[in-house]
Amino acid sequence: MSHAAQAPSLSQVSSERHRSDQLKKRAHTRSLIARTLTYVLLIAMTIVIIFPLLIVLITSFTPNKLTQTWPPKIIPSSFTFDNYTSLFQRMPIGRQMVNTVIFAGTVTIFSVFFDAMAAYGLSRIDFKGRGFLLGLLIATMMIPAMALLIPVYKLLASMNLVNSYWGIIIPRLADVGGIFLLRQFFISLPKDLDNAARIDGAGEFRIFLQIVLPNAKSAVLVVAMFNFMGNWNDLLWPLIMTSKPETRTITAGLAMLTGHGSSVTPYGVVMAGALISALPLLIIFFFIQKSFVQGIAMTGIK
Amino acid sequence: MSTSHKVPTVQGVAQEVQENKKSLSRRNIRIGLAFVAPALIVLTVFVFYPTVKTFFTSLTTDRINRSGRFVGFENYAKLFTNGDFWIDFRNTVIYAVFYAPLVVIVALAFALLLNRKDLKCVGFFRTCLFMPFIISLTVASIAWSFLLSPSLGLIPYWANQYFGIQHLDLLGSKSTALATIIAITIWKNFGYFMVIFLAGLQGISQELYEAASLDGANAWQRFLHITIPGLRPTFNYVVIFGLIGSFQVFDQVFILTSGGPDRSTETIVYRIYTEAFGNGKMGYASALSYILLIMTLILGLAQLISNNKHEKEEIG
Repeated sequence: MSHAAQAPSLSQVSSERHRSDQLKKRAHTRSLIARTLTYVLLIAMTIVIIFPLLIVLITSFTPNKLTQTWPPKIIPSSFTFDNYTSLFQRMPIGRQMVNTVIFAGTVTIFSVFFDAMAAYGLSRIDFKGRGFLLGLLIATMMIPAMALLIPVYKLLASMNLVNSYWGIIIPRLADVGGIFLLRQFFISLPKDLDNAARIDGAGEFRIFLQIVLPNAKSAVLVVAMFNFMGNWNDLLWPLIMTSKPETRTITAGLAMLTGHGSSVTPYGVVMAGALISALPLLIIFFFIQKSFVQGIAMTGIK
Repeated sequence: MSTSHKVPTVQGVAQEVQENKKSLSRRNIRIGLAFVAPALIVLTVFVFYPTVKTFFTSLTTDRINRSGRFVGFENYAKLFTNGDFWIDFRNTVIYAVFYAPLVVIVALAFALLLNRKDLKCVGFFRTCLFMPFIISLTVASIAWSFLLSPSLGLIPYWANQYFGIQHLDLLGSKSTALATIIAITIWKNFGYFMVIFLAGLQGISQELYEAASLDGANAWQRFLHITIPGLRPTFNYVVIFGLIGSFQVFDQVFILTSGGPDRSTETIVYRIYTEAFGNGKMGYASALSYILLIMTLILGLAQLISNNKHEKEEIG
């Protein structure tokens, strides 16, 4: 009796199933709407975000006359390469590109290597005074580089290193941020790796070069990319350390081109310079973006 | 006999171990220092020494090409009684106070949009949204100065066309210039923080959300009670880095406004640059530098303290 009462009737079951189907359907429609909305929103926002970059691209190929018309148009009625030829006449852009590659490249290679060495010493070797050094470096991290520009400039000027590669490169050869990031990563690597090599009689430098460094590729990549980007894009430092167009980096050269009161140079030419200066980094980024983005994510989660 | 014979041997072994340890620790100091040396030398010459040197210069009337005389804290006194410094200070603080939270909110909003599991092409969107972070502030500033130019730009044109605002000059008017620079910098940098937030979001366990849904929590409640607490450590990092970074604003100001109109976008770093390398007043600019340094240190300490507090709360 009680059993029969508890058992739901066939019609009840079917109505229940119907209801749950309906609920599922509703949930499905809702998630479909939400998804579509997300797409629409994302596409719209992405267009807004990259719009200024597209404008740089388009304007660099727009004839000078057409950039000065009112109302302004997104797509001009004709295209030209004149801005690029004019750019090459106005600034030694090839030379500046070489300067930038030498500056950012040399700094990156050495700084990453020195940072990694320091990080190795501060994470893998237990020595007296390590805590003190670490504390000193943490304090350094908070000192804004801008606050130190004056004595650094005077020191380099007294050594006649203004307008030279050495002058612009040497002060950047180590970077506390990089040391910390790499140290964090080295700590997370299992110690068994190097201990095994140590028992086999490998020296510390060999362990560093052949075991720890190859296992820290993702962290090294992030530090290297940040270093390269930071120096490539830097403005204030090369601006102070260079006073001639031939010794400037491309970013500083570009800033001088638009200068104070950008009316002197036509926008099309400036945009051509902007595009040329940004292109190398964008190309590198497209090649390494996945590991770079993953690496950046790692920097945020301690 | 035999026992008394054994004792010194044990001591001898202990001594030997002790000596081994000593030589090992000496060896470690040598190796450790060798590894740290290259970086340490660079940092000593270009960070530690300048930190001390800037302070001493700030006590003088040194100029770019000749030494001045010692004046004690006169430069600081001059700064604090000079209205211009307070304008720079105010601009820098306003910039930081608005930039850091806003860039975090924008970044978080995009990260939440991208975090949907059923979304395709996440990689494509992420790449596009990250692009402004790759380019230099110089290029970004050039692009925006064109878009905002009152006589050539699309934005003033649209403002006129669709909203009836005539002669919109966002960078050229005192009331909007700083806000515009903040907005441009948010556009440039949010992608970096977005990527960090995305990783933080992916670190929050999906089960928490499911359990909360079963308990009848709506999307907003889930966001407030699971997402936000789950992102706590990320927030801490992002806000402090945003703040410290915003004390160093220079490039945008240099290219877009040169500090104007009427000093409304002049920041401390921009002033250091013009005083030191424009006017050649090294002593005065060094005093400014030290104030910037102290401002940053205070922030850093606040971060350390708040970090410790939260760690304690979590343990306790």
